[in-house]
Amino acid sequence: MQLFHKTNFDFIGHRWLFFTISAVMILAGIASLVVKGGPRLGVDFTGGSLVQIRFNQGTATEEVRKTLDDNGFVNSEIQSFLDSNVFIIRIQKSEIPMTEVANKVEQAFKSKWGEGSFTVERTEMVGPRVGEALSEQALWAIIFSWIGIIVYVAFRFKSTAHGVAGVIALMHDVTITVGFFSLMNKEISLTIIAALLTLIGYSINDTIVVYDRIRESMRLLRNKTLGEIINTSINDTLSRTIITSSTVIIVLIALYIWGGEVIHDFSLALLIGVIVGTYSSIAVASPLVYEWETRKAKKRAAVK
Amino acid sequence: MNAKQIKWILVLVIMALSVWYLYPTVKWYRYTPEQREEKERTQDKIVNKVINLGLDLKGGMHLVLEVDKTKIPKGTTLNDAMDRAIEILRNRIDQFGVAEPLIQKQGDNLILVQLPGVKDTQRAIDLIGKTALLEFRLVDDSGKLNEAIEGKVPEGYELLKDQHDDHILLKKEASLTGAALSNAKVKIGGQYNMPYIGIDFTEQGAKDFAKLTGDNINRRLAIVLDGVVQSAPVIKSRIPDGHAIIEGNFTMEDASGLAIVLRAGALPAPVSIIENRTIGPSLGQDSIKAGLKACLIGLAFVVVFMGIYYGLSGLVADLAVVLNLVVLMAAMSAFHATLTLPGIAGVILALGMAVDANVLIFERIREELRVGKTIRVAIDTGYEKAFSAIIDSNLTTLIAAAFLFQFGTGPVKGFAVTLTLGILVSMFTAIVFTHLVFDYALAGKDIKKLSI
Repeated sequence: MQLFHKTNFDFIGHRWLFFTISAVMILAGIASLVVKGGPRLGVDFTGGSLVQIRFNQGTATEEVRKTLDDNGFVNSEIQSFLDSNVFIIRIQKSEIPMTEVANKVEQAFKSKWGEGSFTVERTEMVGPRVGEALSEQALWAIIFSWIGIIVYVAFRFKSTAHGVAGVIALMHDVTITVGFFSLMNKEISLTIIAALLTLIGYSINDTIVVYDRIRESMRLLRNKTLGEIINTSINDTLSRTIITSSTVIIVLIALYIWGGEVIHDFSLALLIGVIVGTYSSIAVASPLVYEWETRKAKKRAAVK
Repeated sequence: MNAKQIKWILVLVIMALSVWYLYPTVKWYRYTPEQREEKERTQDKIVNKVINLGLDLKGGMHLVLEVDKTKIPKGTTLNDAMDRAIEILRNRIDQFGVAEPLIQKQGDNLILVQLPGVKDTQRAIDLIGKTALLEFRLVDDSGKLNEAIEGKVPEGYELLKDQHDDHILLKKEASLTGAALSNAKVKIGGQYNMPYIGIDFTEQGAKDFAKLTGDNINRRLAIVLDGVVQSAPVIKSRIPDGHAIIEGNFTMEDASGLAIVLRAGALPAPVSIIENRTIGPSLGQDSIKAGLKACLIGLAFVVVFMGIYYGLSGLVADLAVVLNLVVLMAAMSAFHATLTLPGIAGVILALGMAVDANVLIFERIREELRVGKTIRVAIDTGYEKAFSAIIDSNLTTLIAAAFLFQFGTGPVKGFAVTLTLGILVSMFTAIVFTHLVFDYALAGKDIKKLSI
């Protein structure tokens, strides 16, 4: 079976269209981030408490909300999974000392619904300074992985342009995913950072496959222009790019649907990321290399 | 022996090793939970040969403690205090009975404590968070109590509340501390048949205690635990035998917890819990079920898809995926690595990359066939040309995984581990193994059409 026969799409010729599409997606995300005052960070980073509760019977979110309000947890956030009667409650600030919050929530629920009518499945308490340290570590991990990738790619492809364009494509993917989470009003937790790092690994993988083809075509098609070479290379690898991404996307959809509450947002972040990452590998990374190299060539010509 | 034979031997050796390393894990998870608990307690050798489940799958507590730097005793360095604190926490936790606890220094004044499978979480927190500084301090009986209540506390003294919530004026300096103890046990008896704690002093401690009591007959001696007065009995006579009791309004649980912390000794400085993640055992079970289900469904889709899209060649890739899974699990057993929920996702992603390597190769082979090459040449060229793309793309992913490992805590680290191992294994199965299968299938035959 074969879904894609030899394609011959002019990716380089349409590069400004792609750049515009990317810019719109990035700006939409950034606009949302600016309006909302930054990404919605989870208790992992801000400090606070999280309680995950499973009721034995169907329970309305409003009742959970009211019980929390009545007990002084006014600013709590509730994420409900109604088909499994699971509620994840996040409390970032309250009058009660942090070490007590989870206990107090449990007690409040006990007096409202009675002992044994629910199970506390998970509690988390993160001190504010722990959160700060974690955000810093997360940021460094991402920055170092970018530097590592630039260095490796520059070494293997003997071109800074490839490395830098690859990393710009990664920034593009991460920004759009974080922006999308902001638009959806979803929270960035530690596991989402793990998803972003995975995405970085996946997306660069995709980009490298195209680069590899460009490297090979440069050796074989010496009489063609850079634009033609890049176009042929993207088209030649297009079938593989789409097939691979589709299999990964299928698996991620399975994870999203059946993977359980804890992994739900993680799968969603990866799902968005892989779609955006596939797009950027095709339409952003290599066209950027083209743009960089042609400008450099022009400059060199001007100097002469 | 030619290169192909060496590769076959390598494949067979890896398969044999995988079975060898996987066997304990399979055996382990066929035990009943009670049997597993028993083996963990007796520290059976098998425990170190199986895939460990992370806290998020097994249930348990993850705590980070901060040691109060400002309250470290004079003359002790931070490092010494940290080492001592870790040793004492380990003693306490061992007596509490937790299988495979992890107690680790983090940063300069943080301690990470992981207690898998702990059920009584509140008790664990009480046990770990207590400084357990036991002090014997003389009570002032010169009548300065009233002055002190008005705010004029005499130098070298401290005003506290006793067990009846009355004020009590104590010497700031302890005459004797918990360091002089050799043992502490829960006993029941006394006037109200309540639990109390019987303590034994060390040889030197007994001498000091005898002198202290002998010199201060008819004065009150307060027993202070972590700044709270437990009792302040009057010394009736010199106590020479090195025994004493601590009374208080203890429940049986309080008393046994207190006995443990007294036996294990006091922490050199107070600690506070700054991070606490507790996962109930039921959630862990559900997560495993959900994760495995999602994994299997995803895998089934991919296997079927590859079979449809690439025909028989797709089935070869499927075989490689299954082999990949087996070798990956075996590698995790061999390293006694920890599987977390994101770790399961890492396994899936690694399998996806294994499939990708074969997709790259198959697409390349198709291209070669299209330009009219013979099947055998097309296959060899396909593998050859896809090789650099596979190596470069996987190595860059490994770079990202390495930083993930470096930065990650528990679950995230688990993800990095499975992803890294998975990528390494996948390069082997996708490049070496499938190529060998093609060669084997085509050997000595004159095939006109390749199912790809």
